[in-house]
Amino acid sequence: MAATPLVELHDVTKRYGAGPLVLDRVSLAASPGDFISLIGPSGCGKSTLLRLIAGLSPASGGTLQLDGRTPEQAAAELAFVFQEPTLLPWLTVAGNVALPQQLRGLPPAGRAATSRRVLELVRLGDRSAAYPRQLSGGQKMRVSIARALSLSPKILLLDEPFGALDEMTREHLNEELLAIRQQQAWTAFFVTHSVAEAVFLSNRIVVMAPSPGRVHTEVAVPFAYPRTAATRLSREYHDLVAEVSRILRSVESTDA
Amino acid sequence: MSKRLLHFLLPAAAGVIFILAWYALRFSMNEEMQFLLPTPGEILASFRENGDSLARAALNTTEGALLGFGGAIVVSAGLALLLSLSSLIRISLYPYLMLLQMIPVIIFAPILILWVGPGLKSVVVITFLICFFPLVVNTTQGLISTDRNSVELFRMYRANRLQEIFLLRAPAALPYFFTGLRIAAVLAPIGALVGDYTAGSSAGDGGGLGFQAIIYSSQAKYPALFATAAVTCLLGFVFVGVVVSLSWLALHHWHDSYERSDT
Repeated sequence: MAATPLVELHDVTKRYGAGPLVLDRVSLAASPGDFISLIGPSGCGKSTLLRLIAGLSPASGGTLQLDGRTPEQAAAELAFVFQEPTLLPWLTVAGNVALPQQLRGLPPAGRAATSRRVLELVRLGDRSAAYPRQLSGGQKMRVSIARALSLSPKILLLDEPFGALDEMTREHLNEELLAIRQQQAWTAFFVTHSVAEAVFLSNRIVVMAPSPGRVHTEVAVPFAYPRTAATRLSREYHDLVAEVSRILRSVESTDA
Repeated sequence: MSKRLLHFLLPAAAGVIFILAWYALRFSMNEEMQFLLPTPGEILASFRENGDSLARAALNTTEGALLGFGGAIVVSAGLALLLSLSSLIRISLYPYLMLLQMIPVIIFAPILILWVGPGLKSVVVITFLICFFPLVVNTTQGLISTDRNSVELFRMYRANRLQEIFLLRAPAALPYFFTGLRIAAVLAPIGALVGDYTAGSSAGDGGGLGFQAIIYSSQAKYPALFATAAVTCLLGFVFVGVVVSLSWLALHHWHDSYERSDT
């Protein structure tokens, strides 16, 4: 892989005010098309790292470049999926999905067409007139993902998007997310607590260690895409889940 | 279905019992004391007798209440927007807003009469003062209680200040605004009545309901006083009813307080 990195972090540190170090010299490079999961115990700074990449919070030290630019300059290439669906309850599903385009000042006609297209992508084309409170937790999250995809981002940042959902829904959404990725070439950073989810989705898993947050190990996931429900049944998949779980436990126990 | 019928029948039955008790109380009184409690029938008769003056007074009070209420809505929305911008502004101005709310109308009224003259202007100002506080406090609270994640979402998409206010903060503040509006809607007719009572004038069209109450009590027209009270109640119901309907229109699609439940 000689591709130039799309996202490049070099010795990135972060502390809030005079508080303790949250991230300690994190270096990471993502090539276009990477799906990188960030996993680690609470307090390892994985969500903070995501927020730095998103430009929601500035780094205290080191360099962070997206396509050779700062996160602020690259804002148009970025989309963020929050832990909560974060839908505006007074807007319909279509209204919520169209919001990023509206904020960017795109014409209404094009907005509607784009919203329809991304809603089809998450299989919610028939719910565009519904209000968020009429949707299930999984459906809300799918709307949130559709909204993130509406501006065709190059980089998709997901902060534990499926953490609050039940196992079945989560697995379905994992499969859907990969199916969507077959059609759209974005690079993903995905924060999760679930090893199984990380192994299923990503081609690279970054295991982080806490206090201060830092990169502990990186694990490559060699399975080819497209991955399906059948992938979860394979021997190799189970072995890798066990392997990553073991690493994660070793990180957690050093912190005890 | 039977439940819905009960919801209609029970209050009606309670009303009938209440009116019967009223008559029972009245006719159990000494004959020379009975003037203290006119019967519903006598009150209705006094409606017919004083229809013109009551209607005119009700219109005047409604006008005062509407102008004061409307003014309070406009000014409080603007001020709430200003207050929502920074906690420093809030800290600086809150004590004085409290002060404004504490102004005793009865003492302020004669001063107001000196400033703007008796009649409608004074009534409007007093209504405004009474309605203003709950509106500005609730709306400000709504504007600053926006969900943090939603604010970050807007920052993420580089929304400008106006977009953040009109597409996020204002709609999110609507339920709070309507809470304040309901309180103010109850207060507006009362404010106009008190304003009229303390600073009303018979000039021009004549006074409002407060002024009319002074006249009736000086003429010992007790049934007419009860009729005036009934008109004021009705006015209050109309104000609250309109606000409740507006609130339903604005919120029932999405807000949890209107979650449909089939019970």
